[in-house]
Parts: sequence; structure tokens; C-alpha cells
Amino acid sequence: MNILADTVHENAAQKTETVLGADELVINMGPQHPSTHGVLRVKLKLDGERVVGSECVIGYVHRGVEKIAENRTYQQFAPYVDRMDYVSAVSNGLGYCEAVEKLLVVEAPPRARVIRTILAELQRIASHLLWLGTHALDIGTLTPLFYCMREREEILKIFEKYCGARLTTHAFRIGGLQYEAYDILEKDVERFCNSFEGRIQQYSDLLTSNSIWIGRTRNVGLLNSADCIALGASGPILRASGVKWDLRKSMPYAAYDQYKFEISVGMRGDTYDRYMVRLEEMRQSRLICLQAIENIPAGPIMARVGRVLKPPAGEVYHAIEGPKGILGYYIVSDGSIQPYRIRIRPPSFINLQALDKTIRGHLVTDVVAIIGTLDIVLGEVDR
Amino acid sequence: MSPTLHSIVAFVQAWWVELLCALLIVLVVPLIAGYIVLVERKVMADMQARLGPMRVGPHGLLQPIADALKLLIKEDLIPDNADQFIFWLAPVLSMTAALTSMGAVAFGPWFQVARDINIGLLFVVGVSALGPLGIVLGGWASNNHYSIIGALRSTAQLISYETTAGFALVSGFLLAGTLKVRTIVENQRNDHAWYIFLAPVGFFIYLIASIAETNRAPFDLPEAESELVAGYMTEYSGFRWSLYFLAEYANMIVVASVGTTLFLGGWLRPFPNVHWLGWLDAAPALLFAAVGAYCVFRAGKQPARVQSLFMWALAFACFVVAAIFALASPFSHLPLEKMHDGLYGAFWFLLKDSAYIYIFMWLRFTLPRFRFDQLMRLGWHILVPLALINVVDVSIALALSSEFGVNRWLAMVVTTAATLGAAMLLVRWNDKYSAAASAALLTDSSVAENSHAG
Repeated sequence: MNILADTVHENAAQKTETVLGADELVINMGPQHPSTHGVLRVKLKLDGERVVGSECVIGYVHRGVEKIAENRTYQQFAPYVDRMDYVSAVSNGLGYCEAVEKLLVVEAPPRARVIRTILAELQRIASHLLWLGTHALDIGTLTPLFYCMREREEILKIFEKYCGARLTTHAFRIGGLQYEAYDILEKDVERFCNSFEGRIQQYSDLLTSNSIWIGRTRNVGLLNSADCIALGASGPILRASGVKWDLRKSMPYAAYDQYKFEISVGMRGDTYDRYMVRLEEMRQSRLICLQAIENIPAGPIMARVGRVLKPPAGEVYHAIEGPKGILGYYIVSDGSIQPYRIRIRPPSFINLQALDKTIRGHLVTDVVAIIGTLDIVLGEVDR
Repeated sequence: MSPTLHSIVAFVQAWWVELLCALLIVLVVPLIAGYIVLVERKVMADMQARLGPMRVGPHGLLQPIADALKLLIKEDLIPDNADQFIFWLAPVLSMTAALTSMGAVAFGPWFQVARDINIGLLFVVGVSALGPLGIVLGGWASNNHYSIIGALRSTAQLISYETTAGFALVSGFLLAGTLKVRTIVENQRNDHAWYIFLAPVGFFIYLIASIAETNRAPFDLPEAESELVAGYMTEYSGFRWSLYFLAEYANMIVVASVGTTLFLGGWLRPFPNVHWLGWLDAAPALLFAAVGAYCVFRAGKQPARVQSLFMWALAFACFVVAAIFALASPFSHLPLEKMHDGLYGAFWFLLKDSAYIYIFMWLRFTLPRFRFDQLMRLGWHILVPLALINVVDVSIALALSSEFGVNRWLAMVVTTAATLGAAMLLVRWNDKYSAAASAALLTDSSVAENSHAG
């Protein structure tokens, strides 16, 4: 019966293809493709080289993270969130820990909050660096990738010194931190920030005023603010369209209310604006780090949460501004030691919905630029 | 002796020098191409704050040989749905075109396969234009969407930029007054100027067009790896793939040689007619001696004995070459002096060639890739008209200096300024047009979207 159904389905598909006309070409971009950033598969319908339609096929790395949560205790689930957006594990952990803390009605001590902020901002820089390198690679320039990796390496070294892991860090614990900051954390961060200022200028010199770069990114992948809001896009994509919305300012968490920084916004909402916004965000993150290391309060790093976490029955939603956009955790508790349900609002998944809208009418070449500028991580899209 | 055998012997007797040179090209060019790849990887590594190949041999010096070996012993794979014969033929065609066109290039006064044919550079340009045929056929025969898109892009790109390169070369031919390779170089000596100084715009147009012709970044759209996986080469692997690869690098050598011959004075020493710069003749020997000394310096620092031995051998080879150059120099007054022209000519020619190829690499690692419409617009809206204007302006300069007795340099400066002015106008006009075009594109797409929604 199933086989029959499949055949009927296939026939229908073939029929639609013949209706589409001989001029149109359907190519599968991915799941194995150099620039779909993982295992994204985009079925592109092309007229010559021009995209007339597209369909995203996702789920190749679906691991059922949300379902796994229902069979783990609150602490046990924390390492799993690192593996969603595996290039910004610290931010994922921060969001999760704060969400559970909200559910438990505890607050991490000030010292823990400041250290969390520093690491989360470093993670934002690392994530943006990886984005910049791969985005530039997609657009055809090889060199920035290696420079970006060099800087990212320094950040990963700081993470390694802090918690022993580089990528999936599991740096924070519910209620605060497990590890005290190591002796020269401030110095390491300061050294990184000092060198980073000049380095980011180098990338800017390579790309910002390069006419090929401008040609490839200006007016490519336009998304106006209304579209962004309708699609639920967030993070740099939303800000590049001119919407000044950053949870670090509008709903401060961790220790962001103590620091001065600017929200960078774009005007047109094209790929170039998103590039400029992310570049500026890296500069601002650097400033936040510098402010934070100046004054790390003394005191405990862990709130009193007890060994077994048993939050009261109820539900909570907590969102943070991750490097890629708004990362939200919606947790339902039935009063047991395991969450009843966790729903994660992943920025990559929602930002990816903008793909079809933005690539229509562009050329195949622009598709990779737009996938790059959406800054997706398939681990997070599929979860 | 049978008549067939007799005619073969007669043929070999008449053409043995050329046959030897041809054999040399077939044997040596792949090796040189391999080492250009190594140099490219090293240059890339240097620009990207890393080391590049370091494992195979000291400083990765044996990497090309290892790569070639790997490619040779790979499985020979032809996709079932491919057109078997054309799939087989296509890379051979590309490679043949590249190697054949090398025949008319002279690498110094002594090293040339074809006798100095009177259509010289025209032959080179014509035969190397056959290369794209291999690319198109390969992309078509692969029966793969990425390949066919790559092949189509390649066709359009190569046709456009062959035109541009042709017009740019014409400005050089006008100055040289001939297509014969040797005469072109000799004329540059007699004119007391490399033609890059008399037709600078022509040279730069040719430089850009030659990068596009060899499918190198920022014009590497036919094989744009981040978009089309590997473009026309997607289905090729192993030795067939390496044929395409060799063809690309052989083509690089060809276009660099054409550029060098026509614009950079071929095998002439810089300032060949200036006597007090005669010490430049010592440069080859000194250069090789310096490289040898560096090898000696590095030999002690190699981690393995075998590697340090290799370095010593390399140093020895460098010193031998340096000694040959020194003995053949005009200062030595030895019988080797007869070899001066050939050796020194080859040295200067290859040095200029390398500089030219280095520019290719430098641009590749610095610039993002063009989009297809931008590439076409650059070609047809800016470079082709500019090349035409340049031809006219160079002709005017020539007429002014020969017919009206205006100073040659003055005429050159005036006409070049006129060409550059035209270039600025073209760029401005193109900017205006491209803004309008992209606006049209977006309105089109929104219309399509609305109809889709409706």
C-alpha cells in the first residue's frame, strides 16, 4: 500500500515537473555541498542560473534534543544544549542555565554573572569570526578564513584554560559556575581584546571597501524590517534591517545592564549590511569584555540550589541574545527532577525560513552568499 | 629500407631539434606545473599565516611528486550515465591545446619548439582557444547539473575574455609590427622600451583577461567550488582530473609567456641597452648562489637526516647552476660564453614569467569571486570597449610619432591619458547601468513572488 502511495506521489511530482517546462532545472544543493554549512539540502529550481523557487530539506542531523530532555534531569541536560549550535556552546549553556534558574527562582551570584557575560561575549566574537571566515570563503576569498580561525583559536584557548573544553564547553552550571576563574583570565581576555582591535581592522580592510565584495553583497538577499518581523528573524539579520532590538539591552540578563555598548543597526537589510552589523557587534563585544574584566566582583560563584534540582510545577520562558539571534528556552516542569517538556527557540532554524524569500530572483552564486549571511548552524536547525 | 621507414628517418633528421623540444615540453611541463602548485600553496600559506605543505620532503619539496603518484594510482572512474568517449576525450583535448600552444612560445632565444613561425603569437592564442572546447565537452559529457552549469559559464566567459585579450594583444602587435616571437622581442630591444611602457593600458587589460582566460580567481566561476562543487570537473577524478589541472597550469604558463613576450620584453635583461647597468648580468649567478646558501643554512635545521641530505643536494644543485651562469657570463671570457644568450635569456624570461604568475596567485588569495553577471558586465561593458579604444589610441600615438614627428613618449602619455579618461567614463556609465539592472532584477523577482502568492 505504501509502495503504491509512493508511486502515485512520484508520478504526481513528475507531472508537475513537466508542467514547469523544459527551461527549468532542478538542482540539489547539498546535503553534501561545500557551502551549505553542514547538511542543509536546498532544492533549487533554476531558470538558467536564476532561482525561481527553492525548498529546504532539513533534519539530517536531527537528534531529538528536546525529547532527550524529558528523560534527563535538569543538570544532565545541560551538556546537550552545547551540541545544538556547536560553535556557540557557551551562549547556549547560558540561556539554558538562566532559564532553569528562573524556574527555580534563584539568581546566580554577581561574580558568576560577570564571568558568564565575559565568556558569552567571547563566544559571540568566536561565532561571528567563524561566520565571517566561512561567509568570505563562500563569496570566494580564501584568506580571511585563516585569519578568523587564528583569532578564534585564542578565544578557544581561553575557554580551554577556563573549563578544559574548547568547543562543547559546558562552561556554566545551573545556579552559577562550577569553576572559579583561573588566575590570569582577565589578563588573557585583555590581551586578546587588545590584539583584536587591530585584527578586526585588517578584515575590514580586506573586505569592506573591496568593490567585488560590495558587488557581491550590496542589494543581495534584501529583507526589510516588516519581513524580518513577520518571519520571526532575529539577531544581526533583524538589526541589519534597521530594527533596534537586542535582548541584551531590552531585557537585560546576566550582567549586561552594567555595561555600556551600542546596538549596531543597518539600513537596507542586505548582505552587506548584515556583514557590517556583525563586524560592529564584534567591536562592541570586545568593549563589553574590556569593561567586564575591569571589575569582576568578589564573592561566591554558585547560588544555593541544592544537589537535586526539583523546581516547582510551572512553566517558564527565557530568551537570550545569542550570537545568531534570539535563543529561547521554554521549560515546563511537573515538579519532578526531570523537565516535563523543553521547547527550544533556535535562532538558526527561524532565520533559515528567510532563505526562500531572499533567494528568489537571484543567481545561484547569490544563494551561497545568502546561506552564508543567514549564519545558520545545522546542529541547531535540526536539533 | 621500406619507404615508410625511410620517410620517418628523413622526418626525424629534418626535425630532431623540434621533436626533442616537444618531448621536453611533454615531460617537463607537468613537473613544472606540479611545482607551480607547490609554490602556489606556499605563497597561499604565507599570506594566510600558516606553513603549507611541510611533511613530504624538507619544506614539502617532494609534495608535487607525491600528489602526482597519488593521482596516477587512483581508480579510473567514468560515471555510467556519462558519454564515455567524450568524457575520455575532453581532458585530453584541453591538455593537448595547452601543450600545443606552448610550442610557439619561445622561452629564451634558444628554447622554442616550432621554428619561428611568422604567425607566432596568433598561433598561440588560436590554439589555446581550443582549450575551452575540452571544458565544454567535459561538462556536457559528465551528465551532471553542476558540470553543465560550469561548462556553460566557462563557454560564455572564455569567449568574452578571449575577445578582450585579443584586442589587448593587438595594441602590442601594432607596436611590434609583427607576430613573430623573436622579432617582437628584438623590436623591443631596438625600440629601447618594453611595450608595457608604450601601451600600459593594453598590458593591464591583457593581465585581467588572461586571469579570466585561465579560469583563475577572481574569475574562477566555471569551477567555483563554493557554488558548483567543482564545476565542469565535478565528475572527474584521478588522472583525468589531473589532466584538466595540468591544462590549467600549462595555460597559465602560456598566457604568462605571451604577456612576457609582448609586453615585458621577453628574454631581454631589464635595460638591455644601458651599459652601466651591465652588472645586472651577475644577477642570475648571485640569485642561485643565495638560494644555495639558504639551503645550506636550512640543511642543519632539518629534523631528519634524510631531509638535511636532500637540502645539501639542493644546495649543491643551486651552486652548480650558479657556477654555470657565472662561467657563461660575459665577464668570464671562457668558451661557455657562447651559451650566454640562451642561458641568460631563459633566466630573465622565466623570472618575468614567474612574476606574472605570482600576480595571479596574489590576486587569487586576496579577492572575492565575481558573480556571473558582474563578470560579463566587466567584460563587455568595460574591458572590450576599453581595449578597442586602446587600440585606436595606440595607433594614434604611433601615427603621431612616425608621421608627424611628435616625441614618442609625449604621444604615448597623451593617448594613455585619453584611454584612462575613457575608462573612467565607462566605469561610471557601467555603475549607473548596473544599479538600474539590479533594481530591475529585484522588481522582477517581487513581481514573480506576487504572482506566485496570487
